Amino acid sequence: MNHRFELRVGPVAFRIGSAWRGPVEALRRLYAGYPEPKGICDFTVRLEPERPWRRALRPSIAIRGDFMLPGAAPLSLAHGLLAAEMGMNLQMALGQRRFLLLHAAAVERDGKAVLLTGHSGAGKSTLSALLGERGWRFLGDEFALLDPESGLLHPFPRAVSLKNESLAVFGEVDGARLGPVMAGTPKGTIRHLRPSPDAIARMDVPARPALILFPRFGRDLAPDSRPVGAAEVFVRLTQASTNYVALGRRGFDALSRLVSSVPARALDYSASEEGVRLVEDHRSK
Amino acid sequence: MRDLRALVRLLRDPAAAPKVRDWTSLLSAARAESLAGSLAFRLKGLDLPEGVAERLEDARRSAEQGRREALWEAEMARRALAPLGVPIVLLKGTAYAAAGLSAAVGRSIGDLDILVPRDALPRVEQALLAAGWEWVKEDAYDDLYYRRWMHELPPLIHRERDRMIDVHHTILPLTARPTPDAEALVSASVPLENGLRILHPADMIVHCAAHLFADGDLAGGLRNLWDMDRLLSDFSVGGYEFTVELRERSWEHDLIPAVARALRLARALFGTEVDTVLAGRPRLSDRLFIRRLLARDGWGRERRPALRLAFYVRSHWLRMPPAMLARHLWTKARR
Repeated sequence: MNHRFELRVGPVAFRIGSAWRGPVEALRRLYAGYPEPKGICDFTVRLEPERPWRRALRPSIAIRGDFMLPGAAPLSLAHGLLAAEMGMNLQMALGQRRFLLLHAAAVERDGKAVLLTGHSGAGKSTLSALLGERGWRFLGDEFALLDPESGLLHPFPRAVSLKNESLAVFGEVDGARLGPVMAGTPKGTIRHLRPSPDAIARMDVPARPALILFPRFGRDLAPDSRPVGAAEVFVRLTQASTNYVALGRRGFDALSRLVSSVPARALDYSASEEGVRLVEDHRSK
Repeated sequence: MRDLRALVRLLRDPAAAPKVRDWTSLLSAARAESLAGSLAFRLKGLDLPEGVAERLEDARRSAEQGRREALWEAEMARRALAPLGVPIVLLKGTAYAAAGLSAAVGRSIGDLDILVPRDALPRVEQALLAAGWEWVKEDAYDDLYYRRWMHELPPLIHRERDRMIDVHHTILPLTARPTPDAEALVSASVPLENGLRILHPADMIVHCAAHLFADGDLAGGLRNLWDMDRLLSDFSVGGYEFTVELRERSWEHDLIPAVARALRLARALFGTEVDTVLAGRPRLSDRLFIRRLLARDGWGRERRPALRLAFYVRSHWLRMPPAMLARHLWTKARR
């Protein structure tokens, strides 16, 4: 393809090809400092015109690659970076078979990893990114990779996708770490944040899971933290995994081991700072 | 990688692995052709560059799980249909897996395809609906079209397991010019231990060839031609007896041209040993077929749009007479 970019995030390498220069340049800036893939890339993403003539004429990006969803809506060229991110997510969600993939954010401190999982809008991205700025190691805001053999979590520190109101929370970070503001995307206004240099430098160091949290964000929620039973945790995590069924017995064994060895709690919070405090409270316990 | 030659070469001769320069492209192309699992098993145990072996191990695991799920789906259908007492013949990928044929090694398996006697169709349909399968298409024209002209029921999907089943009563659309002998397919079929059946080996080859060259536009054709290579090499132990059977069955099913084409192309691309009498002399059009089968690049993109379109048009031409085709396209276009 005309423009290409290769990227390694933790144990997974991507090859991204684009018909336009813009998305690849945006990726290069956002992922400055990330390592090169070693040898082979796991997944290929293609950003290409939906029809041949749509390269120049009202350009619109179709997200394609090794694994595809039929009928996915194209994006405008201005949202090229988002298209690349969605393309990478799609490859992971549909094609990842080495790790049990949990739709969860993860952070680590003192060798103990905390998984944050919940519906979109629960605040996973914002909480994990905030913790990443406060002395925790950011492991990822979208997918947690659980190694079925070792039971360890592998970092997958892609750029954080900050949405709408949560953008304001990161006003103080170094501007070079922020991608372009993309308004009017299917997910609202989005801006990407490159994780801290430490998170990138240590992306090959896995961590032992120590706590599973189910955060819930709501303006009217009173701050609360309560334990969640193992059976409920198991079921919720099967729903949060995109490849639990595809992994077969390996997936079942990995998840059983995680759920039976790691405590879980539900967190309610009504402001980001409150959420951060609740997570930190659990560390001191 | 401008076409799929490198993938074909590696399937044919795994010892060529050290010559591969761009593994990322090869993997992408293999995935796009549903051949990643087959390739991964083919290269198992070889000394490969860093990272490649791990990716291929993932592909093998994935194919293994796919095989398990496909056989389970066949078992589910068996349980739903056993009370009817009609012969249930597995087709394509599930059949290869159930029979332990080498075409199944690493092969991706999509829908469950079965063949039943035509007069049993209504009962089979009722039994599947009662056991949790439901219609995918609710469109009245499509439904009528399938029932009147196709070789299979409209596709059914299981509401809990989300897997499709195609129930065939013959192996080509009724509107196609060749008319395979469906009764002979069922009566010559071979029982498996669990009571399900598979086609007679020669019929299996004929069906694979019919699917490739007498129906459809060759989408995913390279995988089907790889099936052909694997099946022929498995059955070659049958020696001259099998050669004669294949000639006879190809003739009885009215499919000599398709089988001959399949033999020639398998020999050309994969070096398969074939019956030269049945294969016949190479034809100029074989080159077009080869070009179409290889039309994909190292990004996994389809190449040669004009040739693809030509084969798409051909597939409709094969499937129905001109007046009917016009009517069909008109109805499709108007909705």
